Amino acid sequence: MEASNFFITGLTVFVLACFVGYYVVWRVTPALHSPLMAVTNAVSSVIIVGALIAAGPAVINTSTILGFLAVVLASINIFGGFIVTRRMLQMYKKKEKKA
Amino acid sequence: MTAILSFSYLVSGICFIMALRGLSSPETAKSGNMFGMCGMALAIVTTLFLLPNIIPEISYNLIIAGVVIGGSIGAIIAQRIQMTALPQLVAAFHSLVGLAAVFVAIAAFLSPEAYGIGAAGAIHGGSLVEMGLGLAIGAITFTGSIIAFGKLQGLISGKPVSFPLQHPLNALLGIAIVGLIIALVFQQSVAIIIALTAVSLLLGILLIIPIGGADMPVVISMLNSYSGWAACGIGFTLQNPLLIITGALVGASGAILSYIMCKGMNRSIFNVILGGFGAEAGGAGATASAADRPVKSGSAEDAAFILKNASSVIIVPGYGMAVAQAQHALREMCDLLKKEGVTVRYAIHPVAGRMPGHMNVLLAEANVPYDEVFELDEINRDFGMSDVAFVIGANDVTNPAAKTDPKSPIFGMPILDVEKAKTVLFIKRSMASGYAGVENELFYRANTMMLFGDAKKMCEMIVKSISGGH
Repeated sequence: MEASNFFITGLTVFVLACFVGYYVVWRVTPALHSPLMAVTNAVSSVIIVGALIAAGPAVINTSTILGFLAVVLASINIFGGFIVTRRMLQMYKKKEKKA
Repeated sequence: MTAILSFSYLVSGICFIMALRGLSSPETAKSGNMFGMCGMALAIVTTLFLLPNIIPEISYNLIIAGVVIGGSIGAIIAQRIQMTALPQLVAAFHSLVGLAAVFVAIAAFLSPEAYGIGAAGAIHGGSLVEMGLGLAIGAITFTGSIIAFGKLQGLISGKPVSFPLQHPLNALLGIAIVGLIIALVFQQSVAIIIALTAVSLLLGILLIIPIGGADMPVVISMLNSYSGWAACGIGFTLQNPLLIITGALVGASGAILSYIMCKGMNRSIFNVILGGFGAEAGGAGATASAADRPVKSGSAEDAAFILKNASSVIIVPGYGMAVAQAQHALREMCDLLKKEGVTVRYAIHPVAGRMPGHMNVLLAEANVPYDEVFELDEINRDFGMSDVAFVIGANDVTNPAAKTDPKSPIFGMPILDVEKAKTVLFIKRSMASGYAGVENELFYRANTMMLFGDAKKMCEMIVKSISGGH
């Protein structure tokens, strides 16, 4: 795909995603704002797909090393972010119904 | 082949939306998180699967090593972290996203062929602008989050730091970033990339350092938003729709949280970013008047007596509860009260604590059921019908001056109307004013009883006193 073409496609995707994000996030209950931050942090590490391409080539040079470092950082975030979100969510409990 | 990739990226994108959607209720949140993990796994596995088509001579060694090293570090940290240290952890994680964006942008600049955005030295102009933006936002997110981490962890003073020519200097750096990105389009040199990175890193430090500790909920949300926009910039550079979708979701989420936090303080986002709030804390006038006014203080036994004889109690927690790690002792106290037939509820101000939803997590950690915890709008009217408002570690968010004194720096901030309760019990270590440097009128009211001491010890003493009374 040519660069200029992708820009229009990308912009379309971007604007629509902003709208989706806007409506979905407003529905998040304030009690879960901390898990929201943790999980958005984890998903933003999807940047790892860019890092994988940089770290892939067999020839080691500056760009593969940068790619490797980016893979490490993004992995810390992915594992750390999802696990800490899970830990938080497991703590939220409803009142036990008295019989 | 690219069709498979595009399709699985679409599915991943939907999974991420579902992950956020799940957070609309604690019941659906856990499955939402599962969606998020599946989306991430799908995106990574598909990319790895199709990598041989993009890169002619491939080696998985670095990739596997990177995921194993990073994954284990992340997993260990996430499992060991104390819930009270959550704001620092989130700030630290944001910094990593920023730095990863910087690395990916530079890697794309050095070997553009792999990403199909041109040849080295002949990258398409549009891609360069997007790359520059992603790099700059990533770098600002990185150093900004490091500073936020330092302030939350107590490594750097939480006080707002102001220095002369602060705003002109920041503006100058901002202009320099724009100039360098334009220069990059005309001359694709490594020197410009390095200069752009350096200026952005510096701007990140200077932007966050003047902002004080209690504004951290806004700062963390803002950095959350930045990390999303950085991912977006990289997504445009690499022509990757999944990165754009995810970046936009995260960016929007952070922006909305920043807005909610600012509204909770009745301040504009610019006011917070420009910083310096509370710098002239504790003016001479405030301290002088504090000395000669009578304050009613009580002991744990007095508090226990009042609480036990109340029929409804509303707990107002604040950052002080987190500092004292008092949430478990507090819950124990409330359990005893419930056994005595007292109705106990919790009221949370939007900006209580150091990150959005901070108090909710701490209470959940102490096994407080989430249906006993209410937001400001839900519970504020009920203070008038309550016997006791029990303020633990909060201060400015209860200050009636926000409603009555137009000269007060916090005037107009929505507050919890604790003064309407029959009795206000206020745990505090000393008479010092809150973060905003404003004296709290509430301390001198006839229906207020101050409980001086550490929040955790005070709760434990009240527990002892209630259970000892049988």
